[in-house]
Amino acid sequence: MPGFCHRLLAPAFALGMLAGLATGAHAGPYEDALSRFVTDDFDDTTEAINGVAASGHPLAAVVIEALGDGRLLFSAEAKTVFFRDGSDQLIDAVTGQPVTAGAPADLEPVQINNRLRRVIEAALGALTLMVGEPDKRLEAAQAVFQSRDASALPALDQAIAKETDSRVKRALSEAHAAVVLNLDDASDADKIEAIRVIRSRGDQDAVALLADMPANSSPAVKKAATDAMASMQAGLALWSALQNAWYGLSLGSVLALAAIGLAITFGVMGVINMAHGEMVMLGAYTTFVVQELIRARNPALFNYSLAIAIPLAFLVSGFVGILVERCIIRFLYGRPLDSLLATWGLSLILQQAVRTGFGANNREVGAPAWMSGAFEVGHMTITYNRLWIIVFTLLVFVALLGLLRLTRLGLEMRAVTQNRSMAAAMGIPTGRIDALTFGLGSGIAGIAGVALSQIDNVSPNLGQGYIIDSFMVVVFGGVGNLWGTLVGAFTLGIANKFLEPFAGAVLGKITILVLIILFIQKRPRGLFALKGRAVEA
Amino acid sequence: MTPFPLIRAMDRGAMAFIVVLGAIAVLVPVLNLAVPPTSPFNVPTYFMALFGKYICYALLALALDLIWGYCGILSLGHGAFFALGGYAMGMYMMRQIGTRGVYADPILPDFMVFLNWKELPVYWYGFQHFPYAMLMVVLAPGVLAFVFGWFAFRSRVTGVYLSIITQTLTFALLLGFFRNNFGFGGNNGLTDFKDILGFNVQAQGTRAALFAISTLALMIGFVICRAIVESKFGKVLIAIRDAESRTRFLGYRVESYKLCVFTLSACMAGIAGALYVPQVGIINPSEFSPANSIEAVIWVAVGGRGTLIGAALGAVLVNYAKTYFTSGVLAPYWLFMLGGLFIAVTVLLPRGIVGSVRQWAAELRERRAAIGSAPAAAAPRAAE
Repeated sequence: MPGFCHRLLAPAFALGMLAGLATGAHAGPYEDALSRFVTDDFDDTTEAINGVAASGHPLAAVVIEALGDGRLLFSAEAKTVFFRDGSDQLIDAVTGQPVTAGAPADLEPVQINNRLRRVIEAALGALTLMVGEPDKRLEAAQAVFQSRDASALPALDQAIAKETDSRVKRALSEAHAAVVLNLDDASDADKIEAIRVIRSRGDQDAVALLADMPANSSPAVKKAATDAMASMQAGLALWSALQNAWYGLSLGSVLALAAIGLAITFGVMGVINMAHGEMVMLGAYTTFVVQELIRARNPALFNYSLAIAIPLAFLVSGFVGILVERCIIRFLYGRPLDSLLATWGLSLILQQAVRTGFGANNREVGAPAWMSGAFEVGHMTITYNRLWIIVFTLLVFVALLGLLRLTRLGLEMRAVTQNRSMAAAMGIPTGRIDALTFGLGSGIAGIAGVALSQIDNVSPNLGQGYIIDSFMVVVFGGVGNLWGTLVGAFTLGIANKFLEPFAGAVLGKITILVLIILFIQKRPRGLFALKGRAVEA
Repeated sequence: MTPFPLIRAMDRGAMAFIVVLGAIAVLVPVLNLAVPPTSPFNVPTYFMALFGKYICYALLALALDLIWGYCGILSLGHGAFFALGGYAMGMYMMRQIGTRGVYADPILPDFMVFLNWKELPVYWYGFQHFPYAMLMVVLAPGVLAFVFGWFAFRSRVTGVYLSIITQTLTFALLLGFFRNNFGFGGNNGLTDFKDILGFNVQAQGTRAALFAISTLALMIGFVICRAIVESKFGKVLIAIRDAESRTRFLGYRVESYKLCVFTLSACMAGIAGALYVPQVGIINPSEFSPANSIEAVIWVAVGGRGTLIGAALGAVLVNYAKTYFTSGVLAPYWLFMLGGLFIAVTVLLPRGIVGSVRQWAAELRERRAAIGSAPAAAAPRAAE
């Protein structure tokens, strides 16, 4: 490595002496390197760039960047170098002072070609390896990992020696290994060591790096690379399966959230509510209105906007649900096909009402700080909003289960479901229970809307996208069974995500639909069917 | 001898309906072609095209009423059969374009050339022959309905479950036909038709002929449906609608009856779609959208399920209202009206227009009879 630096610096130094004589200024390594720009020869310029980069001078990055943009100027006569800054001000490259008067008349830009552009990029990358924030350094290290530029090697060595942040240090050594692997004159031992480093990285980029190693490597190196690739690919397959499972869980939680309310109205009451999706939409728009009000009145509360929106959405959708039950559904009990049509009509009206009130375009619903961003587990990325939605789904599910099992209202609901006339004879006001049950189902749809507003477009059509899927979940899981809904939703979600890589998104969905159609043939009452007298003939 | 049961199947209303349809099939094209446009008796071509479309919808509604009104099968996916028939017709007309397409390929339709396909997919073979295409118009929806129904009815999927999976069926087809590699023109569907059986589809004469054929098809469809519902077979269908288990216990193979009538209904829907496509000049995947199928159900509900005439009338009426309201200042309110219609009909007018009128007429007769034989107690009205 010293040889490399020496080779680079010696001629630069010699020429720098000349330049120093010409300008009469004291010459450091930066000034020496700078002076090589004035010959406007591509080879000289290359060395000038590397010299400037290695000098560690505060202006180095600015000068190289100016060169890349064609803003670096030189005067062949005066042997001086200038650059123009962003506001077109001419600046002396040696002193960094603006040139106010007496700029040489023969200023010309230093010419660059494509080869030089790559050198410039590598030099800039190397410069950022050592200075700036840890995140910047990490980024620079990853850039070198991708470019595998041999000229970055000295800078990498310096940076590794200086680096204290373990994360950045690992990225730097990986970048170093990537460069070494593509270096023709590196020893086999170095290369195998490099492969070991790359192997511990273990992601898709690492596999790609080993896959296009130079073909002239020795057999030992090649074998090490193939072994490393095989082990990495096995690991990656596992991670990708895990990632798919995660996506599946996430989709499943969304489906479950949309379908739980339906499981109550359809599963418990036997009412086909085609306007269920619109109840979800109302919840999403409630979130939008809450956020607008908070933005306008009290922006400090923004992080709590969802917490405020959840009860409100429950009330809004629940109230609409009770209203609908009292005005329409009540007259249609025992006529499921008619209630299907009437609620479809209702969904058209609700959609159009929202379209008239809020416009047909998507509305922006923001994410509070604690729901944005992501973190990595191994080789998979987990976004906070998806994580929270899964947690939220489970919470809603448990709360609902508790309500149905433990409260008086839940008891009465189950009584009315199982035997309406007997329940009425025991003094349960069945009409009121019907209204409350429908309101509960709709209110839960509203809560689902709050969550969905975080991951989907809030538009009048929001609900339509979920209605068919939700029915699939309820029918698949078995009507009248909340556990069935939960299991059904997660099964469908995960199945969907595992089919997608093979069949593509659309074909995967079609496959799922066809499978469900076939499944219903096999088990017409779903996964967890009610048995005994509750089943109607 | 053969026409006897057919004639017996027609009551006065049905005969009147057939006569009216026959008159429309003759008069409208004649008034359009033979009467000069300046005359007040002229039927404008756009008007004829519009009602030609509605008549295809009426045939679809008729098919739906046959299974919903008489057998209790609410299909929310009949639009799929309609669209499949339409696609079969569209494929025939695509092949007729020949070298007149943008890319002037004698075999491949434009969209395949555009997608850089080298040869015709196998399932497009034979569609240049009109008889084969017409066979497919009936077979494609028929086979799909048969296979689907065979699975569904045998495993006793009934009621709302059946409705939901028929909706899923059309939704799955919607997603599929949107894909380019399905080979049906993807998003854009099939369009830019030139001629049908050598006649220019744009020509006034062709339009008049298509109108007359559609009306005749509706008439024949009506006669067939009427003959079915009045036959012994039809009585079993009604029995299935009213008490499926009881019918099964009486020894009838319920699923065979259902499968039979479901397949027939799908074929009728396919024919309706095939007549629809040359009149509107395009068929694309949006015809598969579940909303379309549900809208067809409301035509039947408005006109009156289980009345056949009502289904046809409902289709024309609702669609005319749709055209009327969506083209004016009231356009933003159309969905309110349509939605309101769904609710109002199901809650307030469950028998539909024709059904309600018949009921009133029956009540009126009953009251007259009661007045005629004053001391006799009024016959107990049948419970709903």
